[in-house]
Amino acid sequence: MSGLHEAVVRDPLILGKKDYHQMTEDICRPIEGKANKYWWASFIVAFVAMLWGFTCLAYTIGTGIGTWGLNKTVGWGWGITNFVWWIGIGHAGTLISAILLLFRQRWRMSINRSAEAMTIFAVICAGIFPLFHTGRPWLDYWMLPLANQFGSIWVNFNSPLLWDVFAISTYFTVSLVFWYLGLLPDIATVRDRCITPTKRFIYGLLAFGWKGTARDWHRFEEVSLVLSGLSAPLVLSVHTIVSFDFATAILPGWHTTIFPPYFVSGAIFSGFAMVLTLLIIARKVLGLESYITVQHIELMNKIIILTGSIVGIAYLTEFFMAWYSGNKFESYAFMNRAFGPYWWAYWTMMTCNVITPQLFWIKKIRTSIMATFIISIFVNIGMWFERFVIIVTSLHRDFLPTSWVMYHPTFVEVGLLIGTIGLFFTLFLIFSRVFPVIALAELKSILKKTGNQYKKKGV
Amino acid sequence: MDRKYELTKNNRLIPMIMMAIGLAAIVMGFLTDKSRTWASLLTNDFYFTAISLCGTFFVALQYVAQAGWAVGIKRIPEAMGGFLKFGVAGIILIFILGHHELYHWTHAELYDHSSPEFDAIMNGKRGFLNIPFFLVRLIGYFVIWVGFTYMLRKQSLLEDAEGGLVHYRKSVPLAAVFVVLFAITTSTGAWDILMSIDAHWFSTLFGWFMFAGLFVSGLSMICLIILYLKLKGYLEHVNNNHLHDMGKYMFAFCIFWTYLWFSQFMLIWYANLPEEVIYFQVRWENFRTLWVINLLVNFCAPFLILMSRDAKRRNSILWVSGIVILGGQWLNVYLMVIPGVVGEDWHLGFIELGTMVGFLGFFLWTTLQELSKASLVPKNHPMLTESLHHHI
Repeated sequence: MSGLHEAVVRDPLILGKKDYHQMTEDICRPIEGKANKYWWASFIVAFVAMLWGFTCLAYTIGTGIGTWGLNKTVGWGWGITNFVWWIGIGHAGTLISAILLLFRQRWRMSINRSAEAMTIFAVICAGIFPLFHTGRPWLDYWMLPLANQFGSIWVNFNSPLLWDVFAISTYFTVSLVFWYLGLLPDIATVRDRCITPTKRFIYGLLAFGWKGTARDWHRFEEVSLVLSGLSAPLVLSVHTIVSFDFATAILPGWHTTIFPPYFVSGAIFSGFAMVLTLLIIARKVLGLESYITVQHIELMNKIIILTGSIVGIAYLTEFFMAWYSGNKFESYAFMNRAFGPYWWAYWTMMTCNVITPQLFWIKKIRTSIMATFIISIFVNIGMWFERFVIIVTSLHRDFLPTSWVMYHPTFVEVGLLIGTIGLFFTLFLIFSRVFPVIALAELKSILKKTGNQYKKKGV
Repeated sequence: MDRKYELTKNNRLIPMIMMAIGLAAIVMGFLTDKSRTWASLLTNDFYFTAISLCGTFFVALQYVAQAGWAVGIKRIPEAMGGFLKFGVAGIILIFILGHHELYHWTHAELYDHSSPEFDAIMNGKRGFLNIPFFLVRLIGYFVIWVGFTYMLRKQSLLEDAEGGLVHYRKSVPLAAVFVVLFAITTSTGAWDILMSIDAHWFSTLFGWFMFAGLFVSGLSMICLIILYLKLKGYLEHVNNNHLHDMGKYMFAFCIFWTYLWFSQFMLIWYANLPEEVIYFQVRWENFRTLWVINLLVNFCAPFLILMSRDAKRRNSILWVSGIVILGGQWLNVYLMVIPGVVGEDWHLGFIELGTMVGFLGFFLWTTLQELSKASLVPKNHPMLTESLHHHI
C-alpha cells in the first residue's frame, strides 16, 4: 500500500524534519562519538554485577550444585526460574521480527534491531542455567545424541528437557543469523563513514563485502524471507517446549493443557516489558526520540495489555479448572499458591502481571513515558515471580506431608540472577556503541510514506 | 461506491429449499432417534453461531488493530452477524428443550445422596453446572454478543449516512471492549456448551482451542462470501491482494488450530491420567476414522494447498480450501459433541448432514438479507483509501 493513500487517522512514525542523510547522522552518532558519562556509569554497574555473577558461577563449578539452596523436595528453584524468565524475555525480538512483519506493522522498524539484539543476549543469559546446573558442565555434550564411543549415555528422546536443547539451540542460531543479516547494510553504512583505517577494516570484515547493489539487495530480501519463515514458528515453539518441561509432568499445578499458549503469551508479555525498559532509556541517552516516538511506546503498551490480559485469563482459567476438575490435589495446589506460605509471591505476581498492565487502558498512562517505564519494571518483576510461583509452590508441598519444606535461595543463586542481569546490560551497552540500534536501511524505506513532513504533503 | 447487494430470486429460493431439507431432517430425526437429533441440532446451531460471532470479532479486530486493508470487505463479516441472534436464541432453546438428552449433568439423580446414581464429582461441580446458572450465562452471552454486534453495525451504518470521524472514534472503544468480553465469553461459552457435555472431563486449553476453530471457520466463510460476490460481479474494488490476505489468515489460523489441538492432545496423552485421557480414548476407539480425517482436513489439506503465494491469489484454490476448512471444522465440532451424547451408536447420515444443510440455508438467508440492507462499501470509513489501494 502506498504512503500517499495512508489514512488521515494515522500518525507519523518518524517525527521532525528528517531526510535520508539526517537519519544516517542521527542513528550513527552514538557509534561514532565518544561515550557519555551515563553510558560509562551504567556500564560500570552492569560490568560489576556481571563479574559478581561470574564469581558465583565459578564457585558453583568448583564446589558443585550443593552451593544452591535446593533440597530433596524442591529440586528446581531459582536456576530454572531464571532460565524461563530469560528465555521469555527474548521472545519480543522474535515476535517483532517475524509476526509483526507478517502483519505489516511498520512501527516495528524502529525497534526491531534492539529487540532482536535483546533476544540474543537474553538467550545467552538463559543458556547459562541449564548448562551449569548439570554440575559438571564439561560433560554438557552428553546432552547431544552422540554415539556411545564419546562416553555419553544415549539421550532420552521422551524427555521435554532434551527437546529444550534442540529448541533453544535452533532459536539462538536462527535469531543470531537473522539479526546479523539485517545488520549487514547498516554495518556497511558505518564502514563507509569510518575515518580511521582500523575501524574501516574491522567494519569492512563485518559487512561481508556489502556493496548495496541491486543484486545484494535481491539476495538479502530472499534470505530475509526464508529466515522470517523460520522465525515465525519459533515464536510459538520455543516457549511451548519450555512449558512442556512442566506440563508433561503429572504434578498438580504443572500438568495443565493451557500451558503452551499461555507460556508463549507470557513470554511476549515479559519481552515487551524488557524492550520498553531498555528503549525508554536508550531513546533518551542516544537521542533517538524522533524515531522511537510516544506512538511506538503506546503501541507496545497495547501489546502489553493484550498479552497481559491473556496471561490473566489463563491464571483464572487454571484456578477455575482446578476447582472444576474435582481433583482435590489440584485444588489444594492452587489454594496453597494463593493462601499458603508463598502467598506473597503469588500476589506479587497477580498485582504486577494482571492488575498494573490494565492501567494502560487509560490513554494518559499508556502515553506517559514515566508511567510506562514504571509499569514495565513491574511486569519484569511479575513475570519472574510467575515462574517462581509455578515452580516452587508446586514442588514445596508434595504428596507426602512429611517432606513438606520451604525453599531458601543461597547467595550463589541470587548472585547468578544479578550476574545475568549484569551480563545482559553489559552486552546491550556494548551493542549500542558498536552497531546502529535502529535498522537504518529498513527505516529509510518508510521515511517518505510515514515521515512527518512527507505525510503532511500526502494528505 | 454506493452499490448494494440485490437479492436474486435464487437467493431466496435456494436457502428456503435448504431450510426445508433441514426441517425434514430434524422431523425425521425426532421420529427415529431423539438423542442423535438433539446432538445434531446442537452441533449445527453452535457451529453456525460461532461463524456468525466470528464476523463481529473480525470487524472488532480490525478496529482495535487499526487495520486498513480490510475496510473494503468489512460489510461481509458485518452481515454475518445477522444470524447471531437466531443462533444464540437457538442454543438457549435447544438447552431448555433438550438438556436431558444432551447434558448428563442435568440429571437430578446425580445429586441425590440416596440414589445409586449419586456422583460425588458432579456434586462438587454443582455450583457451576446447574440449570438456572447455566441459563443465566447463556442469556449473558446473548446480550453481549448480539448487543455488540448491533452497536458496531449501527455505528458503521451511521458512518455511511453521516460521514465524519465521530463514528470511527466511537467504534474503536466499542471494539476494544467487545474483544475483551469476547475473550472471556468464548472460553466460558466453550466450557458451557461443549465441554460440559463430557461433564467429568476438563481441559484448561479447551476454550482457546474452540476459539481457534471458530476463527478459522469464520475466516473461511468470509472468504467464500467475497468470492461469491465477486463471481456475481460485485466488489470490484476487492482484488487478489485482499484475497491473498484472507488466504494468509486462513493458512495461519489452520496452523494455529493444529498447534492448540496438538498441545491439548499431546499433554493429555503424555501424562496419561485416566480422568483426562478418557476423552481421547473414546474418540480413538469409536471415531477413529473421523478423528484422523479431522486432522487431515483441518491441518494437512490447508497447509499444503495454501502454502504458496500463488495459491493464495487464485480464486479457484481459495474456493476449494474455504470449503475444505469449513467442512473440516464442522467435523471438529461434531467430534466434540457426538461422542458425549450419542456414544458408540453414532451414525453420520441424513439427520446430521440434512440439519447442517438446513442451518447453512438459514445462515445464508439471514446473511444475504443483512448484506442487501447496506452499501457493500463503507464509503465514509477513514481507512477506506488504504483498502482501495491495497497492494502486497
